[in-house]
Amino acid sequence: MTPAGAPMLEIKDLHASVEGKEILRGIDLVVNAGEVHAIMGPNGSGKSTLAQVLAGHPAYTVTGGSVRYEGKDLLELDPEERAREGVFLAFQYPVAIRGITNAYFLRSALNAVRKHRGQAELDPLEFLDLLAEKLKAIDSDDGLMNRPVNDGFSGGEKKRNEILQMAVLEPRLAILDETDSGLDIDALRTVAGAVDKLRRPDNATIVVTHYQRILNYITPDFVHVLSAGRIVLSGGKELALELEARGYDWVRAEAAV
Amino acid sequence: MTSSIEAQVLQPYKYGFVTDIESDEVPAGLNEDVIRLISAKKREPAFMLEWRLKAYRHWTTMKEPTWANVKYPPIDYQGIVYYAAPKQQKQLDNLQQVDPKLLETFEKLGIPLAEQKRLAGVAVDAVFDSVSVATTFKETLAQQGVIFCAFSEAVREHPALVERYLGSVVPYNDNYFAALNSAVFSDGSFAYIPKGVRCPLELSTYFRINAAASGQFERTLIVAEEGSYVSYLEGCSAPMRDTNQLHAAVVELVALDDAQIKYSTVQNWYPGDEEGRGGIYNFVTKRGKCAGRNSKISWTQVETGSAITWKYPGCILQGDNSIGEFYSVAVTNNRQQADTGTKMIHLGKNTRSTIVSKGISAGRGQNTYRGQVKILKGATGARNYSQCDSMLIGDKCGAHTFPYIDVRNSTAIMEHEASTSKIGEDQIFYCRQRGLSAEDATSMIVNGFCKEVFRELPMEFAVEAQRLLGISLEGSVG
Repeated sequence: MTPAGAPMLEIKDLHASVEGKEILRGIDLVVNAGEVHAIMGPNGSGKSTLAQVLAGHPAYTVTGGSVRYEGKDLLELDPEERAREGVFLAFQYPVAIRGITNAYFLRSALNAVRKHRGQAELDPLEFLDLLAEKLKAIDSDDGLMNRPVNDGFSGGEKKRNEILQMAVLEPRLAILDETDSGLDIDALRTVAGAVDKLRRPDNATIVVTHYQRILNYITPDFVHVLSAGRIVLSGGKELALELEARGYDWVRAEAAV
Repeated sequence: MTSSIEAQVLQPYKYGFVTDIESDEVPAGLNEDVIRLISAKKREPAFMLEWRLKAYRHWTTMKEPTWANVKYPPIDYQGIVYYAAPKQQKQLDNLQQVDPKLLETFEKLGIPLAEQKRLAGVAVDAVFDSVSVATTFKETLAQQGVIFCAFSEAVREHPALVERYLGSVVPYNDNYFAALNSAVFSDGSFAYIPKGVRCPLELSTYFRINAAASGQFERTLIVAEEGSYVSYLEGCSAPMRDTNQLHAAVVELVALDDAQIKYSTVQNWYPGDEEGRGGIYNFVTKRGKCAGRNSKISWTQVETGSAITWKYPGCILQGDNSIGEFYSVAVTNNRQQADTGTKMIHLGKNTRSTIVSKGISAGRGQNTYRGQVKILKGATGARNYSQCDSMLIGDKCGAHTFPYIDVRNSTAIMEHEASTSKIGEDQIFYCRQRGLSAEDATSMIVNGFCKEVFRELPMEFAVEAQRLLGISLEGSVG
């Protein structure tokens, strides 16, 4: 758990590159339990890279700075250790796994997390009970459960599935990477509404998005604008509306000054 | 990512121990005297010796095939011991007389033969080097008229059946390795399912090579009479040795009207070490004949072992409406090479065949699918569906696909699908982000890839197959 008085997540001067190209050029961010932070910014500003780096994608190299999560050096942990410690990434492009049912995949994941927490692993029947409860909590059904993981899923189904996994795994820090991309307005309402229902005082959410509209359903406490690998502007939820109205150019212009 | 996966420590081959037992071997080398000696040791009737000699004489005129996509140094056929048997005082009447060392060996391999520990629902014929050492549940099977015994016993006890069907599917001159096998085959299993009987147990043979310089040349013959059904499984393993050993087996299946044979293989011969030293050359001819109407033969194989695999279990679909199936998972890791696939020969009307092949290559493994589908003139209304999927793990391995299709009847319907995928960094990362280790992630992805084949295996063996797959890929994947 987070030491008393310390933030859940503290990112200091984080630099990261992919294939030798520097993408993040000094990110500073503090996230406390109970908060929702929106990370916005134009294409190519480094939003998704930040999400991937926090989750530990091996293609990205951290070249400087530090990330502390619940008192631990997050960058020292393997991706699966981060996941078991409660860091969850809702993928922009969820990956398909042929021949493995969603239910089996999710139970395996949950049991890996539970084992790490010192909890008993769930057998298939216990898991189904838990699943039913979680599905209800986010107003979903089990239509996806017996299909292979993300295989042949529509865009909306994939995103809904990510949030269902999030509901079952109960992360303390959830990072949503452009969860709104590719969703029509109804699907967006369903998916974002589910995320909002999972908000609790002891968890935190980072919403990475290009557009303001998802924030109509998940009200952020803070909005940060990322440009060229740095946070150039932070504000409250009204900042998102301003960005929606005025675009990103003025932020870039101000940042350049 | 791949490099970190590949850097992981290789899981050693778990079945590589040697049983210290005195062996009765014939001198290395092959000539007519050796064949006469083998035949005499087995107290065979004259027709058997004649057949062996005919095969041998033909073999001496043949050349080793070179068309397969595999590479190995020349085999010294005169350096091989063609018969090796654990020394036994006399003919056995029951299991109590089997050398405890042999029972222990099979127990270590997970194949208990002792009465009280036997696998429920599975009758096992245990073959050690050149001979069958024990067959379980013989009496239970005999009550239904099912014959399940060592091949050499069948030659003595049921010579008429053997003479009638031996070579009827794979003739002695079929190919180089089949001819060699026909000349020197030592033992194997024989099963006969009488008319209308659904065999009450799974039949299974476990092959173990132990002796150092010996080859293994077993022969299996299964005959399913009208309206009968049998499910048969074979497993195998060998000690770790740094020289290569030849295994050239022949399997013949005959299904008469309305009969069904399901033949499953979990092949785990010693694959050699990381550098490709040692390992079994697995050069095998397997063929089934759907001789009767509405008959069905289904091959399922999980090939994880052997330094080199050369095998094409096929079906001759002679009876009208007969069905042939081939489901295969072949894994090559380190320096393993596999050239495997099937042959489906459609002769009868409305015959159908299904081919599902999954090749997985890791390390420097080379995996080739080679399949032939032939629709002959009389095969009106024949159908074939083929699906060949390859998965690559790492960037030093290879996957190759050679489908041969020969259609001589315009009513035939052929479907062929093929795919090649690389086990992706993103796929593994996705699983790890959900809390699964890289190793569990890989095993899950690979098992998902092989699902269509695994579900064809009998339950007990599907679990074993999944476990084996995990072991074979450890070290090359995360």
